[in-house]
Amino acid sequence: MARDTLTGSRIRERRIMRGVKQADLARQAGISASYLNLIEHNRRRIGGKLLLDIASILKVDPILLTQGAEATLIATLREAASAHATTEAELARVDEFAGRFPGWAQLLADSQGRIATLERTVETLTDRMTHDPHLATSLHEMLSTVTAIRSAASILAEPGEIDPDWQSRFHRNIYEDSARLAETSRGLVTYLESEGEAANETGAPQEEVDAVLEEVGHHVPQLETPEGDPEAVAVELGRALSGAAQDLLLAWLGRYAQDAQALPFERFAEEIQTSGPDAAQLAATLGASVTRVMRRLAAMPEEVLPDPVGLAICDASGVLTYRKPLPDFPMPRFGAACPLWPLYRALNRPMVILTQSIIQPGQTQALWAEALAEPIAPPAVNQDPLYEAHMLIRPGVPAAQASAAEVGVSCRICPRDPCPGRREPSILATA
Amino acid sequence: MTGHVLVIEDEPNIIEAISFVLSRDGWRVDTHANGVDAVEKVREKSPDVLILDVMLPGKSGYDILRELREDDEFVALPVLMLTARGQNRDREMAERAGVSRFMTKPFSNAEVLEALHALKAT
Repeated sequence: MARDTLTGSRIRERRIMRGVKQADLARQAGISASYLNLIEHNRRRIGGKLLLDIASILKVDPILLTQGAEATLIATLREAASAHATTEAELARVDEFAGRFPGWAQLLADSQGRIATLERTVETLTDRMTHDPHLATSLHEMLSTVTAIRSAASILAEPGEIDPDWQSRFHRNIYEDSARLAETSRGLVTYLESEGEAANETGAPQEEVDAVLEEVGHHVPQLETPEGDPEAVAVELGRALSGAAQDLLLAWLGRYAQDAQALPFERFAEEIQTSGPDAAQLAATLGASVTRVMRRLAAMPEEVLPDPVGLAICDASGVLTYRKPLPDFPMPRFGAACPLWPLYRALNRPMVILTQSIIQPGQTQALWAEALAEPIAPPAVNQDPLYEAHMLIRPGVPAAQASAAEVGVSCRICPRDPCPGRREPSILATA
Repeated sequence: MTGHVLVIEDEPNIIEAISFVLSRDGWRVDTHANGVDAVEKVREKSPDVLILDVMLPGKSGYDILRELREDDEFVALPVLMLTARGQNRDREMAERAGVSRFMTKPFSNAEVLEALHALKAT
C-alpha cells in the first residue's frame, strides 16, 4: 500500500492514541461518523480544511498525518530488516507498518539505532583492549614470565635426580622471573588504575570528561563568576572531545555553574576556613544541600583546601558518573568500584548522611567518608524516585573513630579474600 | 634420539627450560632468539620439528612461517607455534600462515612434549 494513501490510518491511529471516540471526532470535525469511518479505512481521500481541522482536534502536525512517518524512519526500519534477514520481515509493507503503528515503528527504529551504537561501543572497547600497546606488551610479558616459571618449577618438582648445576640454574631463573613478574604486575595495575597520562588515551566519553576535569584540577575559574557561561567553557575545554563526551562535559559544567551561583567562591572559601571541609556542617551553615556542598568542596583549588578532598558520584545503577580520586584513595578508571564503599550503602539508605572511616589495601592513611543519596528530581505522583549518591573522601578521621573499614578500589585489583562483595577474581590473588 | 627440534623463542628462561625438558626426552635441541634471521636459521639447521614463538624481535612468527611455507623444502615442516595471545583471531592468523599446532602460554612441559611427539609422528 502506498504511503500517501494511509492518511486515514494515521488519523485512526492518532485518534486511538489520544483516546478520542470516532463519533466525538466526527462531531467536532463537523462530519458524520460513517464518513470518518470511511476516511480512517483509507476509502475516502482527505485534504484541505477537513484535514487541518482533524489535525487540530488531535493536536498533531498535519504533515504527520499526510506524510506519515519520515523517510528516515522507513530507512531505519529497512536497515533493521536487512540486519535481521533471517526473521523475514514484511519489507513490502514497511510503509504501512510505519503509518499504522508510528509508536511501535519508532520504538523499533530507536532500538535499531541503539543496537548500532552499542555495537560500535563494543568494537571500540574490544579494539582498545586488543590494540592498547602498553596492555598488550605487559600481558605478553607476564604470560611469558609465568610460562618460564611454570616450566622451571615443573622440572624441579618432577621426581628424579637433576644435576646440581641445573638445579641451581632453575632456582635462580624462578627467583629472577618471579621478581620480574611482580614488577610487571605492579606496573600493569598502576597503568590500569592510575589517572594522569593514561586517562588521555581512553576512548569512553566519561573517561574523556574525567581526563579534562583532572587537567583543570576539577576547578573551573571561568564559572566562578555570575557571568560564567557553561557553553562557552565547554567549547573551550572540550575541543578535542568526542560528541558524547562534549555533552557530558556541558552537563557537568552546567551543574558546576549552578553550584557556584548558589555557593559563591569567596563566601564558601571563607566558611571552609571556619568550619573545615565538613560537608554537613557547611550545608547547615550555608543553607545548601549537602551534595551541593560536596561538589563545591571537590571544586576548591589548593589555596582554599591544601588537603584536597576526593569525590565519587554514582547513579542509581551504581555506575560512577564523576570521580575525583585522592592519592590515598584511587578510584577505578572504568568498570565498577568496590561495593563496600559507603557510596553504595547510601543508595540503600537515601537521605541519610552515612559516615565511615575507610582505608584501601596497601594504603597507610585512613580517610573519612561521608555519603548521601538524594532523589534526582522532585516528587511526582505515583513515581518512585531515582537516586544519585555522592561520597566525599577527605583526610581527618575523627579521633573517636579508632578502626577503619577496609574497602577496595575494584575487585580486579583487590587482594581482600574472602570478601562478601567479590564479584570477580582478583588479578592480585596470587601476588 | 627422538628427533631434531629447533626452538625459536626470545625469552631466555623459557628456552632454557624447554631445552632441558626436550633434551632429557631425547631430542636434539637447537635454539635461536630473534626473528630477523630465523628463516635462515631454519634452513641452516633443517629440524624435524620447529617450535616458533609469535612475538619475536625483528619479525613476527606469522611472517617467518609464511616465508617458510613458500619454500618447497619446508611446506610440510611440523611447526608448533607458541603465543601469549589466545584469541580466535590469532589462531586464525596462525592457521592461515600454515601452522601445524597452536599453543597458548602459559603451557606445561608435558603439553609441549605431547605436541612434539604428535607432530613428529605425522
